[in-house]
Amino acid sequence: MMSMITLERRPAPSRLWSLGAPLLALALAVALSGVLFAALGHPPLRALYVYFVEPLTSWWSLEELAVKATPLLLIGAGLALAYRANVWNIGAEGQLIMGAIAGSAVPILWPDWNNPLAMAAMLALGALGGAAWAAIPAFLKNRFNTNEILTSLMLVYVAGLFLDWLVRGPWRDPMGFNFPKSVAFEGWHVLPTLSGRVHLGFVLALLAIFGLWLMLSHMRFGFAVRVQGVSPRAARFSGFSASAITMRVMLISGALAGLAGIGEVAGTIGHLQPAISPGYGFAAIIVAVLGRLSPWGVLAAAFLLALTYLGGESAQLALNMPAKVSQALQGMLLFLILGADVLVNYRITWRSGRDEKREEAE
Amino acid sequence: MRTTLKVTLAAVALAGTLGSAQAGEKLKVGFIYVGPIGDHGWSYQHDQGRLAIEKALGEKVTTSYLEKVPEGADAERALERLARSGHKLIFATSFGYMDSVIKVAKRYPDVKFEHATGYKRAKNVSTYSARFYEGRYIIGKIAGKISKKGMAGYIASFPIPEVVRGINSFMLGAQSVNPDFKIKIVWVNSWYDPGKEADAAKVLIAQGADILTQHTDSAAPMQVAEEKGIKAFGQASDMIKFGPHAQLTAVIDNWAPYYIQRTKDVLAGTWKSKDTWGGLAAGMVKMAPYTNMPEEVKKMAQETEEAIRSGKLHPFTGPIYDQDGKLRVKEGAVMSDKELLGMNWYVRGITDKLPK
Repeated sequence: MMSMITLERRPAPSRLWSLGAPLLALALAVALSGVLFAALGHPPLRALYVYFVEPLTSWWSLEELAVKATPLLLIGAGLALAYRANVWNIGAEGQLIMGAIAGSAVPILWPDWNNPLAMAAMLALGALGGAAWAAIPAFLKNRFNTNEILTSLMLVYVAGLFLDWLVRGPWRDPMGFNFPKSVAFEGWHVLPTLSGRVHLGFVLALLAIFGLWLMLSHMRFGFAVRVQGVSPRAARFSGFSASAITMRVMLISGALAGLAGIGEVAGTIGHLQPAISPGYGFAAIIVAVLGRLSPWGVLAAAFLLALTYLGGESAQLALNMPAKVSQALQGMLLFLILGADVLVNYRITWRSGRDEKREEAE
Repeated sequence: MRTTLKVTLAAVALAGTLGSAQAGEKLKVGFIYVGPIGDHGWSYQHDQGRLAIEKALGEKVTTSYLEKVPEGADAERALERLARSGHKLIFATSFGYMDSVIKVAKRYPDVKFEHATGYKRAKNVSTYSARFYEGRYIIGKIAGKISKKGMAGYIASFPIPEVVRGINSFMLGAQSVNPDFKIKIVWVNSWYDPGKEADAAKVLIAQGADILTQHTDSAAPMQVAEEKGIKAFGQASDMIKFGPHAQLTAVIDNWAPYYIQRTKDVLAGTWKSKDTWGGLAAGMVKMAPYTNMPEEVKKMAQETEEAIRSGKLHPFTGPIYDQDGKLRVKEGAVMSDKELLGMNWYVRGITDKLPK
């Protein structure tokens, strides 16, 4: 007798499971990480507390959570929009870098222009730099039908090497003993902070989430993006231009990534250097998908991911847990959340061998 | 929110004072590493230094670390986390942490910070580094003797003064025994990339190098040398297990003596901000056993090591010409530390162009 599990497509996405799936995944992740901690010889409950709760118990680490979530929110919001339109921008990391470079032109090339207007120019240039970089794969896709997944990804490495060249060459701090970093940003070239290290970028990030919601639910363009994503044919019949949508979602997601870049450089790092992002552009892909491409989902996912970074650090310090463990945990969490999402669209059914035979006979 | 924050801060401060007032409390020493610790390389050697502190002063000290801390916005949080959790001596072990160290040090004036390879100091921030070029001069001399083709392959990371100085020192050492010695350099633009480093090693061998040295962190070049049956020098750690027949010696980063001394200084209340740049004499640079070489080369290497340690020999003693033939150090003069620290030109005999 054979029995098997099958997935049956639901006629419509389950309302219950669209709320329940992430909770189930979280519960599973907590249970499994408890097992992992126990296997490593740590009391599981204490480890779980250190990892998931402790970072939420002090004002300082809440601030740091917001700092860490800022670039993820900005980029995640942009990517969610692009992915809704079936435009797969994988190169946000490169757009982040180009935004950081473009915005940094102000303090590096015109250090004496130091007033609120200069700061506004930095932010505007940051957004422009990211948008311009994202326009390249959009143009190539529209004109030559190239695959934007490949072109946007490859441009990440070009941007990285360009930054490397700049800070080791023309933009190097002349007083910096030849070390690869630019002059330090000062005065209005540094984004104002709200509390601790939380800077203006965080406000912009929340605005981006709000803007995404507004666009998707109340604006014609957001509607066009959604139609384009679900059915390109229907979009065409409704008079929406696929290439115009592609270009616009790429420009918007690129601009937001660029803002994240200048935010990191002018908000927390304070100068340009070869490594400005530990892969926020890629982590934000996870944020967008985890958040089911919805504004509030992205909001929650960005904070969740930020929490795993901070929790990993607490665990290293409090329990001497290697950094690799927190990476494994992160992976496990994401895997479970995406896995549980299957339940939204599918139903799990048990079928015994007898049922199958009967079906065959019929 | 502001008031809550202030109250919390006051409570934390109060707790801090009470804590330190308690007798017999151990000093907490914290470390941040740029890489995972692993079993060889830059961060591993710093962690060896941490373990040495525990071994030497374990009754008075506890240590902790954060590994894989990126050199961006995260470094500041990691440092602050250590300071907040009561660490009174913090070692930041990568150049890119420099500005974060200065920022956090301002907020925690009673915490002592030690920053490796940087140049910004403050009342509670010291800097330290090691004169690795001393070891590179020795391996240059060995290469000059051992290489049959008179050509070494050099796998370099980034064209910063530290790396350029190493290449020059290696070359000066090699030229001291073989004036026609040649060198080929491949820049991999990474501190750690086993794939690229292995490719670079293969390219260099194909171009005629029969001896390899590296200023990158992985053991891949050593493994390639072992496979191809040529010789190589280990970097940062003793890499003999990756090249039992290939490794001639290795220039080892040895932070233990410095770390133990600075911890003792904090315990004794004599810690002061300063800049330390120690080499063989201070024990901060160590040579792995000289192996896989004839007895007379080994003897030469040991004598050179001793001469540098005792101060009789300085690798950058004039006359030194740059690759355009300009005299950079006069006959008999020794290059100043300031010049060494900003070095951005090649010595005569290197035909490659320095990437700018």
